Amino acid sequence: MTAWGALPMLAVMLPVVGMVLALPLGARGAERLTLALLPVGIVLAIGTAAAVQAAGAPVVHLLGHWAPPLGLALRADGLAAAMLVTAALVVAAVALFARADFGTAAGATETRAAFAFWPLLLALWGAINLAVVATDLFTLYVALELLTFAAMPMVCLSGTRATLEAALRYLMFALLGSVLYLLGIAFIYAGYGTLDVVLLAGRARADLPTHVAVALMTAGLLAKTALLPLHLWLPPAHAGAPPAASAILSALVVKGSFVILVRLWFGVMPGLAAPMAAQVLGGLGAAAILLGSVAALRQERLKLLVAYSTVAQIGYLFLMVPLLVAAPGDEAYAARAWTGGVLQAVSHAFAKAAMFLAAGLIAARIGQDRIAGLAGAARLLPVPVLAFGLAGLSLMGVPPSGGFAAKWLLLTSAIEAGQWGWALVILAGGLLTGGYVYRVMAAALTGDGTQPALRRPDKRETIVLALAVVSVVLGLLPLAAFGLVQVGRLDLAP
Amino acid sequence: MMVDALLAAAILAVALATVAARGTFTATALFIGYGLLLAFAWVRLGAMDVALTEAAIGAGLSGALLLGAAARMRPHRVALDRAPGRAMTAAIGLGCAGVTAALAAAILLLPDPALSLAPQVAAQIGTTGLGNPVAAVLMSFRAVDTLLESAVLVLAVIAAWSLAPKGGWGGPPGLVQPQAQGGPLALLARLLPPVGILVAVHILWIGKDAPGGKFQAAAILAAMWMLAWMAGRTAAPPVSARWLRLVVAAGPALFIAIGLLGWLAEGAFLAYPPGLALPIIMVVEIVLTASIAVALALLVIGPPGRRA
Repeated sequence: MTAWGALPMLAVMLPVVGMVLALPLGARGAERLTLALLPVGIVLAIGTAAAVQAAGAPVVHLLGHWAPPLGLALRADGLAAAMLVTAALVVAAVALFARADFGTAAGATETRAAFAFWPLLLALWGAINLAVVATDLFTLYVALELLTFAAMPMVCLSGTRATLEAALRYLMFALLGSVLYLLGIAFIYAGYGTLDVVLLAGRARADLPTHVAVALMTAGLLAKTALLPLHLWLPPAHAGAPPAASAILSALVVKGSFVILVRLWFGVMPGLAAPMAAQVLGGLGAAAILLGSVAALRQERLKLLVAYSTVAQIGYLFLMVPLLVAAPGDEAYAARAWTGGVLQAVSHAFAKAAMFLAAGLIAARIGQDRIAGLAGAARLLPVPVLAFGLAGLSLMGVPPSGGFAAKWLLLTSAIEAGQWGWALVILAGGLLTGGYVYRVMAAALTGDGTQPALRRPDKRETIVLALAVVSVVLGLLPLAAFGLVQVGRLDLAP
Repeated sequence: MMVDALLAAAILAVALATVAARGTFTATALFIGYGLLLAFAWVRLGAMDVALTEAAIGAGLSGALLLGAAARMRPHRVALDRAPGRAMTAAIGLGCAGVTAALAAAILLLPDPALSLAPQVAAQIGTTGLGNPVAAVLMSFRAVDTLLESAVLVLAVIAAWSLAPKGGWGGPPGLVQPQAQGGPLALLARLLPPVGILVAVHILWIGKDAPGGKFQAAAILAAMWMLAWMAGRTAAPPVSARWLRLVVAAGPALFIAIGLLGWLAEGAFLAYPPGLALPIIMVVEIVLTASIAVALALLVIGPPGRRA
């Protein structure tokens, strides 16, 4: 139990209580409740980050005063704090954006989509927060359940046949992932008598049951994170959902299972060096970067292009794994690879949310989302097109964006570790990303030969631009500011 | 030993038959049988709480849910994916065999006797006032997991309702049931609910000291409600009914409120004041039972249908 330990606990419970109350409140009440909770959630997340930074150590809350292994703890370290702040800001932006699509005017009757959207959004927020601060592998499973059961209906909010099929396919992958993860948990408990990540870190043995357990859980989490070749569910699901839902799904939901994977690999079993397995994960990440980017280049529809771009950007996250496993006991080196991975997760969250929301505004205004039909879009919608471009810079890794800092850190770590292959993949991925972002920008910037139509200013444009600007400005932060994400890294903890 | 071997063989056989069955109804019937056999296995392992839950939720409610889904699917043609080729089938078979071998080897290599937190639970259970160690884990030591799972049930109702087809919003959930005139269903719908409610209350109350508790009690209550609904004796309330939504949300909301009060008064979320743990836990259990029962029934009944 540490001072300010209640902050992460409140950050988890706030959206959960909102989700529960949203049901009796109905669509309009739930919308207003969500908007009221947003500033509180942001304050809690920033407060947690400040507490972690000030203490230089994780803040911990023991639930019911019971300490693990008997009880459960919530523990915010630097990674958790960074993800809490990211989630709070992205959820806030998406909620403000979504009022136009899922808002309910006073006196209007409740609609199905509006009824469902707000509690689902709150549930996703709570699930992400729980996934980054829980330390018990079973509590993390509950977080994954919340995440899946909130994300799946988000995919098919529009109720069309295609989105229902996409949602069902997502559910199959996600449930398979849950089953594998749960099976792994059973082995861990039988082998160690505890499921607490912090306690397990000191006890993990390199025996067969442990390896089987970690392999099962890793496979399950990869299915949920959509790492190639388990990405098949992602493009139709993320491209078919309404823009606000796509933004949350691509920006945050796939990161929840990724953070759990990081806890498993570098929390539970840092001692069990598995260089071969780490190389395999890195290889899958590299394949995702290259194949995902090529697939994005070939898409006809804007939202599918953005969805395939997510497949590729998830690949970068996994480059962190072989780089960290290769850490030759060099603290500065490990810190760089770690910061690169976390920064990639954070900057991609902002950039991808901006991209999906911009794509949504563009598609809504010109009535379709074929890339070939984007001519004149920049004149009609200069702000969303600008936001799309800025977010694209961050995904490409052009300085001074957040994506640049992330990819630069990964690149230099790869070179330092002598793993040149990853460096080449990062560079090639950047070029390919530039290619597909250029395709969209070039199409949008061509005139369509007609008289300029009237611009319709839309308050939502500001939200989209703000997200894109954040994804760029992250790169301007001095590297010292990223000391936060090092706090409480389990493989560093004494 | 003989009994256990037979039971294990039967579980495997029924599991195989469930997977191999071609018809959805056959597969569902076998799945229910499989759940009941599993419940027996838990009894043999001395895990009465798990056995009760498996029978009530694993076999009973999941079975009803699957039967309902099968009935909804029957009028529609189901598109079957093309069967994988011979090489693919062989590869899948090899992969499954490899995973099975790894699992089997890992199970044989686990420490024996298995590591367990049971002694620690036994040492600390006095502080909760409960006699049933499972209840103590669920409501005190790992109470936040239970709390979050109860919130997952609220989310599940919202998710199920979000699948309502166009034009169905606001009406009663599920398909309209014709009133059963005579026959076993009508008789059971009159006879069973009073008995079932009594049994559920008993299971809820003894849950503090013996196997039982809110999930099992709620599953029985939900079954009784569904029985009356299936016989057409009671209509499901519309999804827009405020009281219905309040009942579903009440249990988790109260649990969270208790947790936050624990934080304010005792300094930790879900900490119970000394001496008051048992009454607080029982109040939460009772309200949660009502919420879980309604949520489970609503999940089986399904989303609102298309209005004519």
